Amino acid sequence: MRMMGLKSIVLAVGLAMAGVGHAAPQAPATPAAATASTTPAAAPAAAKPAAAAPTDPMLAMDGAPAMLPTPGVGMPVAGEYGLQPQVTKNGERALGFHNHILVPVITGISVFVLFLLLWVMFRYRASANPVPSKTSHNTLIEILWTGIPVIILALIAAPSIGLLSAQFKPAPDGAVTLKAIGNQWYWSYQYPDHGGFEITANMLKEKGEGQPGERTRTDADGPKLLATDNRVVLPVGVPIRLLTTSVDVIHSWSIPAFWIKLDAVPGRVNETSFTIEKEGVYYGVCSELCGARHGFMPITVEAVKPEVFAAWVKAKGGTMPGAAKPAAAAPAAGTAEIANTTGPVENATSAAPATNQAAAAGNAGQ
Amino acid sequence: MTDTALHPSAFEAHHHDDHAHHDADHKPAFFQRWFMSTNHKDIGTLYLIFAIFAGIVGGAISGLMRLELAHPGIQYLGAWASFVHQSPQSLDESLHFWNVLITAHGLIMVFFMVMPAMIGGFGNWFVPLMIGAPDMAFPRMNNISFWLLIPSMILLFSSPFFGGAGNGWTLYAPLSTYGEPGPSTDMAILALHLAGASSILGAINFITTIFNMRAPGMTLHKMPLFVWSVLVTAFLLLLALPVLAAAITMLLTDRNFHTTFFDPAGGGDPILYQHLFWFFGHPEVYIMILPGFGMISHVISTFSKKPVFGYLGMAYAMVAIGVVGFVVWAHHMFTTGLSVDVKMYFTAATMVIAVPTGIKIFSWIATMWGGSLSFKTPMMWAIGFIFMFTVGGVTGVVLANGGVDDNMQDTYYVVAHFHYVLSLGAVFSLFSGFYYWFPKMSGRMMNETLGHIHFWVFFIGVNILFFPMHFLGLQAMQRRVPDYTPALEHWNTIASYGYAIMGVSMLVFFVNLFWSLAAGKKAGDSPWGDGATTLEWTLSSPPPYHQFETLPVID
Repeated sequence: MRMMGLKSIVLAVGLAMAGVGHAAPQAPATPAAATASTTPAAAPAAAKPAAAAPTDPMLAMDGAPAMLPTPGVGMPVAGEYGLQPQVTKNGERALGFHNHILVPVITGISVFVLFLLLWVMFRYRASANPVPSKTSHNTLIEILWTGIPVIILALIAAPSIGLLSAQFKPAPDGAVTLKAIGNQWYWSYQYPDHGGFEITANMLKEKGEGQPGERTRTDADGPKLLATDNRVVLPVGVPIRLLTTSVDVIHSWSIPAFWIKLDAVPGRVNETSFTIEKEGVYYGVCSELCGARHGFMPITVEAVKPEVFAAWVKAKGGTMPGAAKPAAAAPAAGTAEIANTTGPVENATSAAPATNQAAAAGNAGQ
Repeated sequence: MTDTALHPSAFEAHHHDDHAHHDADHKPAFFQRWFMSTNHKDIGTLYLIFAIFAGIVGGAISGLMRLELAHPGIQYLGAWASFVHQSPQSLDESLHFWNVLITAHGLIMVFFMVMPAMIGGFGNWFVPLMIGAPDMAFPRMNNISFWLLIPSMILLFSSPFFGGAGNGWTLYAPLSTYGEPGPSTDMAILALHLAGASSILGAINFITTIFNMRAPGMTLHKMPLFVWSVLVTAFLLLLALPVLAAAITMLLTDRNFHTTFFDPAGGGDPILYQHLFWFFGHPEVYIMILPGFGMISHVISTFSKKPVFGYLGMAYAMVAIGVVGFVVWAHHMFTTGLSVDVKMYFTAATMVIAVPTGIKIFSWIATMWGGSLSFKTPMMWAIGFIFMFTVGGVTGVVLANGGVDDNMQDTYYVVAHFHYVLSLGAVFSLFSGFYYWFPKMSGRMMNETLGHIHFWVFFIGVNILFFPMHFLGLQAMQRRVPDYTPALEHWNTIASYGYAIMGVSMLVFFVNLFWSLAAGKKAGDSPWGDGATTLEWTLSSPPPYHQFETLPVID
């Protein structure tokens, strides 16, 4: 009786784990489905530049969002148990490594151990085997269970090291630089290659929660707690160099669909790079405990065609590299402007780290 | 083999004890016995009571957290925060109270539940008994080790009333320096100082006892595996805790005396704190599990009626885990901006730990192989431990890959991983050890039926509680948040039901505990039969107040 109970429980757990394994074959299918469903959502965005370019190509950043999020892409999905579909090369590589190597291996090991335990419990129960053996050594088996795990780990380590070196490939010349700055509790962004203009992104509150007149979240903005008032706009197909730093405590900038998570540390500038392959809206969260509203400083990236990005940069008062450089004073002006316009949080300590961060700018993570 | 060799001469020692019974059992008066104790068994009992109390508090806090997380939105937090502070709290203050809860849960479970139970409780009780020593080497130091924990707990438990420390148990700078004014974080840091000092003293005591007070003939290679595990743990404590002490002292001076160890504005570096913390923190996770490994070895051997398979391999696997545990710390910091070489090294080094851990898992199964297994409650917990620790271990292999960890870092996947190795690993081994040694400690058996109900309900509950957290993590739910986007509700609700099931099982445990203490069946000297071969089973249950006045001789 007891045995049956144990079996059914552990089998259930085993099945659940096998379920994770099944996510692997499904994974390639998901992006395909996503592509299909992106089409209607992407349509307004594609139409936008034509309409917006002559007059105000702001992509309506202060009002309704330009691009609608695709359900199930770049955000958590109810009841889902695998990783989010990836839209970067390294993300797909890591996802494949996880789904096709790691999950099968760990599921196999767990099931193997479970099977051994159940077999031993059944075969060597006292009623079936009243006289225990006194064996306490077997050199061969000890060598085997030391050696085989070493081989398995080496087989895991090889692609793992390869993945790491791919992730650390520096962004080439011509990459778009995005500097994400963590604040308690919002993100601000600079585009140093594009005239150094700056935007801030606060979480959108729900209807009835904000102050009167404050813009609140709509479904077009994205899911609750993930949508921001201003989106980070980035071009698809162009390498992005991400720099992160912070003006107060440690934050962490992450977009799960890009397989990117990089801590924003005061006094340091960390660097990584990625290339977004597909247009869309992607959501992430601050991933390092940073105080009371840690769970409420999301990240929203809107990935658009390069020409839409160029139009957006222009509308923000920036310039595209290659065009005439703006006045050297632009970054400073941008910063000053932002200090006036974001005011949700006054931070007494921001001054010191901010100077530092400039001093330590060369101290990139590479 | 080594274990069975102990038996015959040890049995003789038992007779000697009987001769001196009236002297050996003379106990001091109540206050002197429990507040000025120099007896390792009494101090062990105090540690166990302390750990059970802390476990109830820490477990209740996780119940609050699961209640709040059962559905999206902030439902209860404001009311709880207002209740604790006896005044209405703003939204931000309520959210801060959440961080106070997670910090308290982590610190309590690590420093006041698992460590005191494993090392202070079972270590104190059974290391001297198993090596045939009359007591610990430094009985008075043993006492101060325990009593340092009391002010430590008072400091931590009262800190929420002064604003609350909301830094997480890792106390990362600069959130814990200029990120959080008020006395609470200082109180938490001092609490850690005291708990650390307590553990360092305990570690010195164990190392001295194990090296100098083993019974004649008990060489290191004949020592029971639980003693081996405590020895390795004591070295980890001795080497790791001073680093924690240094790190949190720098936090204190950064907070109060305007130093800038971790403040970039003065040339400091917040990442330095993380290196120091995890140089302590990673050995700490082995400190929490190694004594459990030792207990599981004895339980498996006892109920298989077989000596432990590959004794030397088991002992040196623990030594290897201890050594390698000191050179893998930065895998907790994969997203902090480490260079590629550093990430590659820590990826590879971390994976190495899977090898000695695998040796242990397979050796336990091999111990059962060919045995004559009886499924008493301690054995159920031990078998549950082996499987659950395997599940927690393999997700550790996933997280070891620096390139993959970028996605999982600071998500519920990590929460699921370390709860599988702690809440289902360390805690299973604690229950296994508790059911196994309860007859020896109290002289009474625990109820088997209630024990089995406790095991099964707990097993089902914690799996429903923690397995969905893998899915939440893969779907990118970050740790340490009181609210989440509605898509994550599905698994969160299921996890909260799992907590409720687990909670019911704990009621069964406490009913069993108090019932058995009052009216359990009397236990003989060696109630688990021939499989139990270590020296504690040669003594009466409970053992005389002073045991081994004539030392047992091991062949």
